[in-house]
Amino acid sequence: MNLPDVVPMSWYLILSAIVFVIGVVGVLVRRNALIIFMSVELMLNAANLAFVTFARYLNSLDGQVFVFFVMTVAAAEVAIGLAIIVNVFRLKETVYVDEINLLKG
Amino acid sequence: MIPILFVGFAALLVGCSLMVILHRNPVTSALWLVLGFVSLAGLYLLLQAEFLAMVQIIVYAGAIMVLFLFVIMYLNLKRDREEGIGHLMRRTIGWGIGAVLLVEAVLLLRHKWVPGPLAEPGEGVWGNTIAIGRLLYSRYLFPFEITSILLLVAMVGAVLIGRGGVGVKSERPGE
Repeated sequence: MNLPDVVPMSWYLILSAIVFVIGVVGVLVRRNALIIFMSVELMLNAANLAFVTFARYLNSLDGQVFVFFVMTVAAAEVAIGLAIIVNVFRLKETVYVDEINLLKG
Repeated sequence: MIPILFVGFAALLVGCSLMVILHRNPVTSALWLVLGFVSLAGLYLLLQAEFLAMVQIIVYAGAIMVLFLFVIMYLNLKRDREEGIGHLMRRTIGWGIGAVLLVEAVLLLRHKWVPGPLAEPGEGVWGNTIAIGRLLYSRYLFPFEITSILLLVAMVGAVLIGRGGVGVKSERPGE
C-alpha cells in the first residue's frame, strides 16, 4: 500500500464522518443511557476533528478556538446529563431508556 | 512518517469507537472511550494542534471520563442484556441508518480538497498555545466570557439536579 507524503484532507474528513456515524449508530442501537451519552461524546469529538482539520489545512486558528468552546459545552453537558441520569435512576431504578416511558401515551 | 502515524491513530480511533458501542459492560465501554480520546489527541498532534491535544487528554480523558466512570460505579449497573424481536429490529434499523449516513458522507467528502496545508509554520515556532491565547482574548473575548457563565450555570444546575431531595421525590406520579 502506497502512502502519500502528505495526508490528504479528505482522509481526515472521512475519518471524522466514520466516527460520527459510529456515534449515531450507538445512540440508535443501545438502550443504556450512559452508553448513549458516550456516543454523543463521540459525535462531538468527530465534529472537533473536522474543525481542527479545516483549521490546519486553511492555516487558520479559529477552528481550534471553536474546538475549545465545543469542549466547554461538552463538559457542561456531561455534568448536567449525568446528574439527570443519577436522578432518573433514583426514581425509576433503571438507566435503560426504553423503560423510562412516562411520556408515552 | 506522518501518514503511517495517521493510519495507526485512525485505526485505533475507529476500533475504540466501535468497542464503545458494541461492548456490553459500561465500564469497559468507558475505558475504550478513554483510549479513543487519547488516539484523537494523537491526531490533533499530527494536525499541529498541540494545545488541543493536551486539553483533550486533560479534560476529556481525564475529567469527563472520570465523571462517567464515577457515575457508572455509583449506579452499580449490571451487564446490558438485550434480547427479543424489539432489540433485533432496533439494531437492524440503527445499523441501516448508519450505513446510509456513512455512504452519504464518503460520497460527499472524498472529493479533492486542498492538496495539503496552505502554509507551513515558520521556523522556530513551537506550539500554538500563545497564538490561541491571543485569539481567545481578543477576537473571541466575548464568547470566552459567555463560556464562563455557561460553566457556572452548569455547575449550579448539576448541584441542584444531583442533590435530589424533596422537590424531586414529590414529582413521582401516583403519589
